[in-house]
Amino acid sequence: MTRPNRITPALLIGFLAAVGFAVILPHLVSNFTTYQLTLAMSWGVAMLGLNVLTGYNGQFSIGHSAFFAAGAYGAAIMIEHAGWGPYEAIAAAAGFSFIFGFLFGLPALRLEGLYLALATFGLAVATPQLLKFDAFEDWTGGVQGIFVPKPAPLLEGLSADQSLYYVALAIMVFLMVITWCILHSRSGRAMMAIRDNPIAARTMGINLPLVKTTTFGISAMFAGIGGALFTYSSEFVSPDAFNFFIAVYILVGSVIGGIVSIPGAIFGGLFVVFMPHVAEDVSNIYTFIPPPWAVFGVFLILVIYFVPFGIWGGIERLAAWTKRKMAG
Amino acid sequence: MRLTTLMATTAAAVLFAASASAQTVGVTDDTIKIGNTSPYSGPASSYGVIGKTHQAYWKAINEAGGLKMGDGKTRKVEIISLDDGYSPPKTVEQVRKLVEQEGVAMTFNTLGTPTNSAIHRYMNAKKVPHLFLATGASKWGHPDKFPWTMGFQPTYDVEGAIYAAYALKNVENPKIAILFQNDDYGKDYRDGFLKALGDKADKLVVKMLPYEVTDPTVDAQVLEMAASGANVFFNVTIPKFAAQAIKKACEIDWKPLHLLNNVSSSVGATLKPAGLECSKSQGLITAQWLKDPTDPQWADTDGFKEWSAWMDKNMPDGDRGDVNYAFGYNASTLLKHVLENCADFSRPGIMACAANIKDFELPMTLPGIKVNTSPTDFYPVQAEQLSKFNGEKWVLFGEIIDASSH
Amino acid sequence: MDLFFQLTLAGLAIGSVYACVALAVVMIYQATDHFNFAQGEMAMFSTFIAFTFLTFGAPVWLAAVGAIALSFIAGLIIERVVIKPVENAPVLNQIIVFIGLLMILNNVAGWIWEFTIKPFPSLFPADWGFHSDLIGPHHIGVIGLTLIVLLAIYLFFRFTRVGLAMRAAAANPDSARLVGVSVSWMLALGWGLAAGVGAIGGILVAPIVYLDPNMMSGVLLYAFAGALLGGVSSPFGAAMGGLIIGVLENWVGQYVPGGSELKLTFALAIIVIVLLFKPAGIFGRVVVKRV
Repeated sequence: MTRPNRITPALLIGFLAAVGFAVILPHLVSNFTTYQLTLAMSWGVAMLGLNVLTGYNGQFSIGHSAFFAAGAYGAAIMIEHAGWGPYEAIAAAAGFSFIFGFLFGLPALRLEGLYLALATFGLAVATPQLLKFDAFEDWTGGVQGIFVPKPAPLLEGLSADQSLYYVALAIMVFLMVITWCILHSRSGRAMMAIRDNPIAARTMGINLPLVKTTTFGISAMFAGIGGALFTYSSEFVSPDAFNFFIAVYILVGSVIGGIVSIPGAIFGGLFVVFMPHVAEDVSNIYTFIPPPWAVFGVFLILVIYFVPFGIWGGIERLAAWTKRKMAG
Repeated sequence: MRLTTLMATTAAAVLFAASASAQTVGVTDDTIKIGNTSPYSGPASSYGVIGKTHQAYWKAINEAGGLKMGDGKTRKVEIISLDDGYSPPKTVEQVRKLVEQEGVAMTFNTLGTPTNSAIHRYMNAKKVPHLFLATGASKWGHPDKFPWTMGFQPTYDVEGAIYAAYALKNVENPKIAILFQNDDYGKDYRDGFLKALGDKADKLVVKMLPYEVTDPTVDAQVLEMAASGANVFFNVTIPKFAAQAIKKACEIDWKPLHLLNNVSSSVGATLKPAGLECSKSQGLITAQWLKDPTDPQWADTDGFKEWSAWMDKNMPDGDRGDVNYAFGYNASTLLKHVLENCADFSRPGIMACAANIKDFELPMTLPGIKVNTSPTDFYPVQAEQLSKFNGEKWVLFGEIIDASSH
Repeated sequence: MDLFFQLTLAGLAIGSVYACVALAVVMIYQATDHFNFAQGEMAMFSTFIAFTFLTFGAPVWLAAVGAIALSFIAGLIIERVVIKPVENAPVLNQIIVFIGLLMILNNVAGWIWEFTIKPFPSLFPADWGFHSDLIGPHHIGVIGLTLIVLLAIYLFFRFTRVGLAMRAAAANPDSARLVGVSVSWMLALGWGLAAGVGAIGGILVAPIVYLDPNMMSGVLLYAFAGALLGGVSSPFGAAMGGLIIGVLENWVGQYVPGGSELKLTFALAIIVIVLLFKPAGIFGRVVVKRV
């Protein structure tokens, strides 16, 4: 599964059905669940960014929390200090994190695999400190954080949660389509060529530095948009909330969902939002069961044993197997 | 009266009564659901003990049949406590789950400053009582802007001011060094202290060093502070780092006026690991409002005996030296007092009851410190007393400092 | 000047702990090509095992040896049971398993032993001959023991058959199999040894930072940085990296303006800059890939 899927009729129908279902979903479930689904999509957008960077371009990052935070704070600051509306602020968050990612991608060109991971790791660990830094306090609110009110409903009859859900859904679908288009273009093939064999790619005339830094920028931009959506859901940003663990979360979701895929991002988002609650319930069944996060750790290990290519990879294989069974 | 009229009247009365008690989410005739978030995982998980104490407290009462409340009904109290790992976005999610999915009537003793900050506006927008927050930040007592949020313990900035006053009074030529945790809690203490120093702050403070809760040790900071020639050390750290700092100060023979924040004043959780002899030699000073469970001078008081017996029965494995057990017990006792004396269990009714506590003494609070609230005073406990560590326990001195004027 | 020496020595002391953990991390890396995120939690768990022995009345050295031995076995078992299924899976899958392991160890430790800090005695008695204002006996012991462990590992890999077999298995598994080395078991052995070394690190650091389930999270951060700074291709380099980070951290805090608030940021920025000029780390060897 190293290439994005071709659009088969089955895939297209499946995609449209899923979107259709997603559209009616908020009216079937509570506001709280809608809010959770919005959180899942915020993560999903960030994970899609990581899929593009790591899955399709082979660059490691365990520091996406920094770009997530850049988007979250970017949006919050524009709303709080520049009086921007929530939707313009998402654009600001996107732009801001793209530039940030692109600039980070420049020195990252010299670092391979492990060392890139370290650099991104350093970035992630430094982010909360930078956000808390006294000199920036007037902008970032320091340790007190910034309160961001949820955007008012776009349509009458929708609750604020539902409205935000639709915004997130629209953004998610849009970004997924864009990603598919990019991956099927020359640039996409260049990205994957770099992943598979950088030396051959360079020999073929691909401009490695440009492609790699741009990919970094795009990936960071997605993470930033996810961060902005996340902020609107939680209505609050504070520095310590964007620590290294967030980067781990994004990585975990990407891999569990299927890092070399586009739909994997959604499954990853759903996994990191809903599985901790499942773990909580499991943990409460008997006192001899360890605490929720230990149970979650077990889930992680079991999932990756059974679906080594992520949940989407598992679905694809299941579909292929079913097709074979039905054909013969 | 005609039979049909009688029946109709009775039916109406029954319906009215049923709807009246079914009005408040989370309250029925025989149960009341209360929500709580605590850090049971992550960097602040040592405070998870407080949440566990609540669970034990109310389990005991429920097993004995429930609590008779001010409206005459006896109800079981179900405290649903969820882990937020001290992460504000997670707190938002868990509190929304409690309010919107579990349908709790109110929240109680939610822990942490950044975590409570994240849900502050939500709780007030949803008009859900957000009571007795387990944090000493100063922003929880503003009923004019946030009528649904009420603090609990003496606030950090007031405590910081107490230390500043003490340092100014007792040290000639004070040269002050401050070690503080680089977050809401640490900065609240630091700012309260600095504010009380007024315009002398710039001259008197020679070193102000932060640390992150993820740092392995604060040894380097202690070395730097000692080298700066400071003779006053305001130590705003959580138990792990407080113990490290005290121990290091002894190791390098640095003996400043050592002001230790109340958060880390527990003999069992901080001073024993640091070393009792070492702590004594540092002449540690702290401001207290709780009875330290390891202090023999309280052993004969009713409050202590009550708590001790309760611990023996309900949490026999609990570490007596950990003051969090006393904190949790106090908070639950306060909740019990409010519920027992409340006649109106609608959400505004519960708020009104909470804002009407008069001179209530908690079992594990210093004698003379009472809980008082009113519609304009949302700071239940505002008094503290200074004490000095003598190698075995904290010895109180001076007067109770009451900071009721906010 | 006094402060400078104190900071440097304190930095070396905590750096030695980073070095120990970095060593464990690198050993697994050399054997399996992957970073074990759970290394810190394994070390923490081992230290709690030692603590349990202490509560049963064992003397410190005995508790330590017991814990280290148990950790070695546990490391072996974890590799055989938990890691083997993903031995040949993509890197990222292995990382997920490590993260899962980390979560399990951390929370189970908190479940069993609670999160309140526990004092842990030093392996080195307080009234050792050497005494100085600049550095205490425990810190000297930490530095000394780390150097001894480093030496032992170097000798093991360089001069023993098993050590040679492990290096072969890591460098070229296929060729190693052809000459009869059981690559699988070499991996398990690598994990066992790394777990043992990690346990030593945990037992050395606990007296300084106090024992609690979150004891190692800060240490692991710096240990990773140290391992990469020093160069992951050489255990010596990784250990040196750990020491350098420990000292650097303290120097930045004191001597760089604004450094105390941005210690972590500066330290990591310095590492990244070094890596830009020496991509394989200070002591590492650049691996040349043939097309």
